[in-house]
Amino acid sequence: MNNKPIGWNGKTLMKMLEESEKYIKETKSYYGIDKLKLKEEDPFKYERAFASLRGALVSARETALHVAASPIVKEIGELCFALYTPEGDSIVVSTGILVHVHTMSEAVKFMVKQDYEQDPGINLGDIFLNNDPECGNVHTTDVQTLIPIFWKEELIGWAGGVTHQIDSGGITPGHDLVSAIQRFDDGTYYTCRKIGSNDKIWKDHMINARRSVRTPFYWELDEKCRLAGDLMIRDAVLEFIEREGIEYYKQFIREVIEEGRRIFQERVKERLIPGRYRAAAFFDIPMKEEAWQPRAKIDKISNQPLEIIIKNDGSMFLSFDGASGPGPNPMNCAKGAMEGGQWVLLTQVLIYGDKVNDGAYFAVDTDYPIGTWCNPGDSSLSYQSPWGNLIPAYTGMMKCLSYGLYSRGYREEIVPGYGFTGDAIQGGGIYSAGPLKGQRWSLSTFEISGQGLGASGVKDGLDWGYAMWNPEADLGDVETWELFQGGIPYLSRRVKPNTAGHGKYRGGANYEGVAMIANSKEVDFFGARDGYCFHGSGGMHGGYPHATGYRLYAKKTNLQEIIQNQKEYPLGDPDPSNGEFEKLLEGDIVRKKNCTIYPIILENNDMIYYALSGGPGYGDPLERKVESVKQDLNNGIYTNDLVYNIYGVVAEYNEEMGEWVIDKMGTDVRREEIRAERKDKSLTFDDYWEQERWKITEDMLSEPVKRMYSESLRLSTKWRKEFLEFWRLPEDFQLEVK
Amino acid sequence: MVKYDKKTLKRMIDGDLTWEELKPIISGTKDPDRFDKIIEILQEKVSWDEKIILPIHEHLHIVSKDGKRIVKCDCGYEFGDYKENWKKKCRIRVRDTAEELEEFYPKYMSCDPDWEELREYFCPGCFTLLDTEAVPPGYPTIFNFLPDIDAFYKEWLGRKAP
Repeated sequence: MNNKPIGWNGKTLMKMLEESEKYIKETKSYYGIDKLKLKEEDPFKYERAFASLRGALVSARETALHVAASPIVKEIGELCFALYTPEGDSIVVSTGILVHVHTMSEAVKFMVKQDYEQDPGINLGDIFLNNDPECGNVHTTDVQTLIPIFWKEELIGWAGGVTHQIDSGGITPGHDLVSAIQRFDDGTYYTCRKIGSNDKIWKDHMINARRSVRTPFYWELDEKCRLAGDLMIRDAVLEFIEREGIEYYKQFIREVIEEGRRIFQERVKERLIPGRYRAAAFFDIPMKEEAWQPRAKIDKISNQPLEIIIKNDGSMFLSFDGASGPGPNPMNCAKGAMEGGQWVLLTQVLIYGDKVNDGAYFAVDTDYPIGTWCNPGDSSLSYQSPWGNLIPAYTGMMKCLSYGLYSRGYREEIVPGYGFTGDAIQGGGIYSAGPLKGQRWSLSTFEISGQGLGASGVKDGLDWGYAMWNPEADLGDVETWELFQGGIPYLSRRVKPNTAGHGKYRGGANYEGVAMIANSKEVDFFGARDGYCFHGSGGMHGGYPHATGYRLYAKKTNLQEIIQNQKEYPLGDPDPSNGEFEKLLEGDIVRKKNCTIYPIILENNDMIYYALSGGPGYGDPLERKVESVKQDLNNGIYTNDLVYNIYGVVAEYNEEMGEWVIDKMGTDVRREEIRAERKDKSLTFDDYWEQERWKITEDMLSEPVKRMYSESLRLSTKWRKEFLEFWRLPEDFQLEVK
Repeated sequence: MVKYDKKTLKRMIDGDLTWEELKPIISGTKDPDRFDKIIEILQEKVSWDEKIILPIHEHLHIVSKDGKRIVKCDCGYEFGDYKENWKKKCRIRVRDTAEELEEFYPKYMSCDPDWEELREYFCPGCFTLLDTEAVPPGYPTIFNFLPDIDAFYKEWLGRKAP
């Protein structure tokens, strides 16, 4: 217990936070700062100060992952570090999974508001652990270590680090647990818990942590990694203060956040247009046939309507009013996680390369309506995989900002969306043979961080290289993934045709993989991705959404016989209607339209297939250059039949030349045919309106669609009003699901 | 201050810049005169005379006509008041069967029509595809962008809107 307040000038941390919030509310500026005095007086010193702190954080990250880290952290850098004010506002950040920068901010604020200063006390050398989404996190698999930084007797900041775990001890192995339906399925929870003192993690904590997860070795490595990075940051801050003085530091950290806020507003004025922007994204949660638990057997669609208002002063208001409800599934998303997603994308679209900190957070007003999937306000729900809602929902923000970027002329900055960071195949088992016999392996590949990015207004989207939560996305090497998932060796990884969203500029493409179960027992397998609904908010200006995922696996196969006889086995699924699995394998082959599945049991020689996500397209596909389509065919991005149907390109493969040859006259004719077909098969708006309204009034909607509407109509007065007005429905209109 | 000549910007709009040419434009500081130059380029491209106030789409522009602000397509088709959703003047095709969806996506790789449908919005003048919407059946048509033109010109550009 602290007797003397540890805040500045004899204040408690809670008092400092109250003052900070009051200033931003009343003055709109961070801590009421009207002039950036330090910057104006000596801009070189100011910029050098920022660069030195940022360099220290980047260095801490790069060093810490080599001190100790699980393969998932070391291979693709699934970690980040940030420095916070005493109140919990980020000042400067490292590279890495930046989605967590603001979530850690919420964790610090939680501790301050809960008066940790009094109990359990905040002292030099204390170590705090958090993975609770309700008080500043995305899901339990993201684990944060926070340490206070003191100068003499005052707390002058916090260092925080996050890593993504391979397993956090939930209802099944894995990192995004499809079968979690309540908090108690999510795995081990550390709600801003003190786990160490005097810079040492307590022994009893580590004993407990090791016994709470399936991969204790990796958990411990990552705890050491995060603490190592935090301690390096603390040292760097203290060196900074020795060099520049404590008063400079105190003023500097506030000015830098205020500058971040101003940069955001200036960047908005530079690149966007004031006005109202809207988009809607969706995600399918198909649990009726999949769930084990009776109350979880519900098919849902998440309604993710987004409205952004860009105000005249360059500030932004972002609202998910109209969002549908939470549910007995792991995709519920806490407000802090939503803020983390919002922040990380804004840093990529608007404020990259400069004072990236919580200034951008303070420039945006938000509405995450209570009681919806994006702010359930119920800590008993599962928050194990909020990404299922968060990731598609923010495609809408990218699209909204892209409308502004287009109007302003900055077409090269347009990004209408991105692929879902799935297919997150997961599970695990126990080695039944080999040198690791008896040990547990965990399927948790993070090659999901290489997805397709949406097309821009001047070029195709990035292929297999984007994750919205990590601006440094990297799909990693197969050899590294096999280090910790050796029971499911890869048989192939290759380009999957027809994943990219169609358009004048196509979305990014992606690939597929096949793996087999070997030398293992008690293997669980599950996965999650869009299946019944296209991911997110689709394409832009005539571009199409990228392809959905689906599930394919084979049990009781003759793979051993195939291997012994050196026969051909499936390397992918380039044409799902004429599958290699069916042609080359004997066994029980399962195909499902829903890509999200509950765990199944697999045995040796069973085979699984997965495919990663493309990105949405931009512009009318008939305007795509024929040469670009030819390149798509030669690179296996699209197949000839779809190119004919949608791009109107007639091509034939020339065996001698080893490439596709375009029939230019045939293409001209085909493109005219498509234009004529558009005329013949389209309706006037009035006829379309009658037809769509009829689906509502004549009970033609499916159960998940009706459920989605009933939730949104119940949860939002405004959304209900607009829905009824658009379809001219009576005020007492209801859509009920039996 | 960064500036790009109209020729470079026109080549960019037409998708003709190489990656080596485009990369510095993406990475670099933005050119503050971009808006005016793009308007000039677009104005030269269209065959009609109305002054473009704000480009809002690859093919649609808010223009000034007879003292009113309307949405107009490259082809000349007029969609009416910019404060109304231009999609309400489009021709629309709704792909809500597996057969129609599989024309564009392989089996298993598109939405399920019981969960979502794919809407295509065409210009009634030239039948260019202007937008797609992947939404559950019965979802209201989305009005994506309503700009505050006067605030933009007056407060951000420091001049009166045309």
